[in-house]
Amino acid sequence: MTTTREISLNLDTEPFVVNFGPAHPSTHGVFRMLTTLDGEVIVDMEPVFGYLHRGLEKLAEERTWGGCIPLTDRLDYLGAMANNFAYCLAVEKLAGIEVPERAEYIRVIMAELQRLASHLCAVGFFLNDCGAFQTPVVYMLREREKILDLFDMVCGQRLTYNYMRVGGVSQDLPDEFIPALKKLLDEMPGWIGEYERLLKQNEILLARAKGVGILSKEQAINSSASGPVLRASGIKWDIRRADPYSIYDRFEFDIPTGSAGDCYDRYRVRIAEMHQSLRILEQAAAQLPPGDFRSEVPHLVRPPAGEAYGRLESPKGELGFYLVSDGSIAPYRFHVRAPTFINLTTLSELVRGWKIADAILIFGSIDICMGEVDR
Amino acid sequence: MEIEEVYSRQEIDEAEGKQINELIARSQGIIPDPDQWLDEELKRNVMVTTVDAVLGWARRTSLWPVVCFPACCAFEFITTAASRFDISRFGMEIIRASPRQGDLMITAGTLTWKMAPQVKRIYDQMAEPKWVIAMGACAISGGIFRSSYSVVPGYNHIIPVDVYLPGCPPRPEALIHAIRMLHEKIGKRSIIQEGK
Amino acid sequence: MTTALAPGKIAKQLARKFPDAAIEAGPDGLLLKSGQLLAVMEYLKKSPDLDFNYLNHVTGVDYYDYFEVVYQLTSLKYNHGLVLKVRCYDREKPVLPSVTGLWQGADFQEREIFDLLGIGFEGHPNLRRIVLWEGFKGHPLRKDFL
Repeated sequence: MTTTREISLNLDTEPFVVNFGPAHPSTHGVFRMLTTLDGEVIVDMEPVFGYLHRGLEKLAEERTWGGCIPLTDRLDYLGAMANNFAYCLAVEKLAGIEVPERAEYIRVIMAELQRLASHLCAVGFFLNDCGAFQTPVVYMLREREKILDLFDMVCGQRLTYNYMRVGGVSQDLPDEFIPALKKLLDEMPGWIGEYERLLKQNEILLARAKGVGILSKEQAINSSASGPVLRASGIKWDIRRADPYSIYDRFEFDIPTGSAGDCYDRYRVRIAEMHQSLRILEQAAAQLPPGDFRSEVPHLVRPPAGEAYGRLESPKGELGFYLVSDGSIAPYRFHVRAPTFINLTTLSELVRGWKIADAILIFGSIDICMGEVDR
Repeated sequence: MEIEEVYSRQEIDEAEGKQINELIARSQGIIPDPDQWLDEELKRNVMVTTVDAVLGWARRTSLWPVVCFPACCAFEFITTAASRFDISRFGMEIIRASPRQGDLMITAGTLTWKMAPQVKRIYDQMAEPKWVIAMGACAISGGIFRSSYSVVPGYNHIIPVDVYLPGCPPRPEALIHAIRMLHEKIGKRSIIQEGK
Repeated sequence: MTTALAPGKIAKQLARKFPDAAIEAGPDGLLLKSGQLLAVMEYLKKSPDLDFNYLNHVTGVDYYDYFEVVYQLTSLKYNHGLVLKVRCYDREKPVLPSVTGLWQGADFQEREIFDLLGIGFEGHPNLRRIVLWEGFKGHPLRKDFL
């Protein structure tokens, strides 16, 4: 016979601060969170960053307009082609330079390949945070290597490309590029299908990510979120459709959106975007015309005095460059509208009420890159 | 539950700022590389004995790196650890978060003054023997960001560096080459030197 | 295509609503010359035919005589955009009202402008340095920072 007695204890509790220091294996980069806990539940969180602030905006003022392109590579280092593209768009808007058609197609191909590579990384590390320690990451990095091989073929670099120039791209595609791209496009849906089979209805992923870190529609719009974070909350806003740049109005693709705005929806939106990128790549590879890869632009570009804001849909969100020129060879003001920096605004509200393990997950689902947050 | 201010944000920020300014003040010169500490005579007389050979073999075939991933080079390090350029064949696949268990710090990324006290702290917490590979142009000399107001011009202002690896970012093959150079250096090390 | 609303038209509409605010339509956007920033912003956000519910970005520029803060607004419903600028002529202690009450997305961006340019924002819940450390002397993006 067992007896149970209920003992009620009057416990005095105090909030407790846990510091997720800048050097932490799960924070994607040098990011610090000061979480105040009541028991195990987070009641407050303060993000601290700036540990990678390299003063890019000031450094750009001493480099020429074309010489700022390597600096833009190092912003979001997982999506360097998109950064180059956005900067070149802004300078071309400012200086009124036309880009030849072949260069436009090449740029779109590079941007969409970059979107694939970046989303592979993002999803891989998100699953890492969920607890699938290293296995999905290693598979996704294997696929990413195939995309990086294509980039290597084009410009010789795997991470920081410096490939696009004001007025086009720096060199033409080699002959073996298009066959290699077609081979990748044939095989890629199979690999993404492989991950989907393992992960889509995976119990652990559903239990950990569904319903966690819900970002409501109003909150998302109010906090200027953009990219997959905004679309997962149900808002169909994609710069490629809303404000088409380059030749995106010639391609057919859908804009995937989520409905609940939780971590699981952000994951699904990224996987769906990868499929759409493959669609765009097929169309672009089929329509690629012959021609020039760069228009005639003086070696030292001197845009007339004025300002321009050039933006595009990078894998992380709306990436924009606000450039002010005073007619000289260097920018007067070089400002980056960094999507991940602004997406982090709501982080402290999203994690309230969850436990520490969930905080890591929510943070991972926003998909940040410290080079862009801190600049 | 209403929480009053549990900690003062201003105080934490000011304490951190003071620590950073003090570190800037005492890190203006370069720390000499470790193998410059050997006397010329000792260099000529050192022979590797069997004990040294065994110790050297054990140390170099199981170097555990410590997490120190500020920037872009970190991704080349991660791809080196992935399946294509496997560093597990060198015994290095375990990237330790705890510095007590690590022996190699591969500094992959630009160091800013704000991050410098943390990196120094991690380095100090590592147990001897420990080595540092400065990976990338930013780690050697500040790289493309050298003239910035908040970037440390090279990790050797803060910690002693054993192998310098140029590149922006260095390819995984270059990183493996640097690791092999470090293996050779560890293999040549003798117990006599450690007494110094 | 996001239509950039003609600054002249909006300037006239705002001048009727706020007769004592000096609003000028420039080639790059509206320039709000004096006062009433918060009232104008609230009108832009809440008025049903303008409905600027999304703040793209806030940034600051140092032109040697004055600081200029640029706001880029978009309406997701009507897909139109507007650029609004405010100038601050005080070099020692420039202060502007904060728009974090209207758009929370301005939070970190205003802190960054405070950190790198030194422009204070009244009404901001947490105005401290964000990317540089406390104790750093000066504001790097100013043109007189060495």
